[in-house]
Amino acid sequence: MSGALGNWGVPLAVAAGAIRISTPFIFVSLGECITERSGRINLGLEGTLVMGAMVGYGGSYLTGSPWLGVLAAGLVGVVLGGLHGLLCSRPRVNDIAVGIGLMLFGLGLAFFLGKPLIQPSAARLPAIPLGFWSQSSQVQDALRVNVLFIFGVLLAPAVSFALRRTRWGLIVRTVGESAEAARAMGYDVNRVRTLATMAGGFLAGVGGSFLSLFYPGSWNEGLSSGQGLMAVALVIFARWDPIRCLYASLLFGGASALGPALQAVGVTSGYYLFNAAPYALTLLIMVMSSSATRTSADQPAELTVAR
Amino acid sequence: MNESSPAPPDPAGATERLPKALIDGGRAPGADLGRRLEPFLISVGALCVALLIFGVFLAVDGLNPLDVYAEMFRGAFGTWFSFQNTLQRAAPLMLTALCTALPAQLGLVVIGGEGALVVGGVAAAVAGLAMSHASPYAVLTAMFFAGTFAGGLWIAAVGALRAYRGVNETISSLLLAYIAIALMNHLVEGPLRDPASLNKPATRHIGELNMLGPMPGLDVHWGLFYGVIACLCGWLLMKRTVFGFAASMTGGNLRAALLSGLRVKRLIVVTCFLAGAAAGLAGMVEVAAVHGRANASLVAGYGYTGILVAFVARQNPLGVLPVALLLGGIGASGGLLQRHFNLPDASVNVLQGILFMVILAAETLYGRFSAWSFGRRSAPSRPVGAAA
Repeated sequence: MSGALGNWGVPLAVAAGAIRISTPFIFVSLGECITERSGRINLGLEGTLVMGAMVGYGGSYLTGSPWLGVLAAGLVGVVLGGLHGLLCSRPRVNDIAVGIGLMLFGLGLAFFLGKPLIQPSAARLPAIPLGFWSQSSQVQDALRVNVLFIFGVLLAPAVSFALRRTRWGLIVRTVGESAEAARAMGYDVNRVRTLATMAGGFLAGVGGSFLSLFYPGSWNEGLSSGQGLMAVALVIFARWDPIRCLYASLLFGGASALGPALQAVGVTSGYYLFNAAPYALTLLIMVMSSSATRTSADQPAELTVAR
Repeated sequence: MNESSPAPPDPAGATERLPKALIDGGRAPGADLGRRLEPFLISVGALCVALLIFGVFLAVDGLNPLDVYAEMFRGAFGTWFSFQNTLQRAAPLMLTALCTALPAQLGLVVIGGEGALVVGGVAAAVAGLAMSHASPYAVLTAMFFAGTFAGGLWIAAVGALRAYRGVNETISSLLLAYIAIALMNHLVEGPLRDPASLNKPATRHIGELNMLGPMPGLDVHWGLFYGVIACLCGWLLMKRTVFGFAASMTGGNLRAALLSGLRVKRLIVVTCFLAGAAAGLAGMVEVAAVHGRANASLVAGYGYTGILVAFVARQNPLGVLPVALLLGGIGASGGLLQRHFNLPDASVNVLQGILFMVILAAETLYGRFSAWSFGRRSAPSRPVGAAA
């Protein structure tokens, strides 16, 4: 019976997709979570994600080491996050608008600089075959887990711990809850927010490198389809909690895998509609988790946008 | 109106909290002129800075920026032919820019113009095909109403979610844009597919006779006329009517608007409907004047460039007109850059991104120049999203 899983193929593919597709969601949403906890929102992570994918691929191609590519992707994320942070530190500059600008800038720059990278093939990230116990090749394929996914899963509790139990986390949360209190305590609010945006940018860049270095595993201009933006919505859904960000990312990964999984077993009608599932799911979740009259108690008070 | 010339320069913005009568005491000569010139001067300055940064970019690439800019100017405005090409590209930008600029008067950041454009284009194509045996005027009228209505409903949904459920309009409008594109792909691959369209699935053609023709004496289709009229109407509505005053008040101070009994929720939904109708009209024009059918060509990025146009125009519907022309020109010269300098087609996007960032950073300069001495910027162009 190995190889022919019948109707079990769909849930298996969805589970595999949840693992594979969710990885960039995990990184971007954790990064955005840190940024939003400091009281700013960075909508430019879509641009950071694509820049990270391009730089990660380029770095891996030039150095031969995918891990150096991941590092380079993270660093370019830091640069873009720093740009967002510095611009927003100026009085009267709106963080949402800068985020939209950064998104267009990052996408344009990635396509501009990444043109020569479409042809060559770079060293990919390794995967761990966790499905070795099974005879079925489908199960084995599904459980080829990337190292970055494991990092992401471990990162969620780490970020949660850092935010809740460390001095740095307390500073970030103070700045996010009350800028005036933070100022009274002698912290430079803009600096803390800029650093939090840079940290978020680093994670988003790393998430982008996963796209080009593991799945789908090549660099092209259609690589990202709004994952960076969905991650922003996802953070709202997860109510600014890193652990819930992880669960929400897995849910989104599964939803994104639904269309291809159904297509694989022969359900082709409505393929494009199933592709819209993650967006519709995000929207539905936002509608359900929002309220016109009260704001969520978990929301950082300085965050004006996501009420 | 709001000159604070007698008051000391006040970077902390404390004057914003003073009653207007207190700061409206004296009026320095020329201050009004300065207030009018400020957005223009700062925008032009920002454009120059953006060109400078992009010039460095080009120089690193081994090109002479002046050569490139001269070529871009020729490609956008140099000849009658290229100017008409620019006008053709500016038309949908005017309409999609309104999709961001109108809700911005209420302090909302709607960035889903691309979705409303796609939905409007598909609805217009469906209406045109359903009416294909009627007279061309009837077909175009039906397409006009179908496009504006569909696009309007699409963004009105965003406004309604914001007003009645508190859903963030920026993210929901963008998600709806992705959903709109998926919906279009589904329709043109399935129920609406023209069997003859093999490589690029599309609806059937609406018929050459039913196409929106060029304006008299021009090679530019009537979409330009729609765009200009829509911007003028948007300006009149927002700056010269009670409706627009209520919108500005809501955007400037939500609590004051609620206290004075404005029906803010209805205002949001209606404004979003008009915004979406403008973008939907852009989709109708693309179908009726350019493609003749609805397909993936509708997703050409006009919606996203429209956001940039609205921000550069500082959300002023009249300002949208020249800015759309400028960005249409940049877009029109993109192909030339590719051919003459071997630059990737994304270089236009890089320039647009740089321009966007510089324009936003320049927001901080408003009211900084004491020589012009004016209080604060007018309420509608306050940092968008200020009214949470």
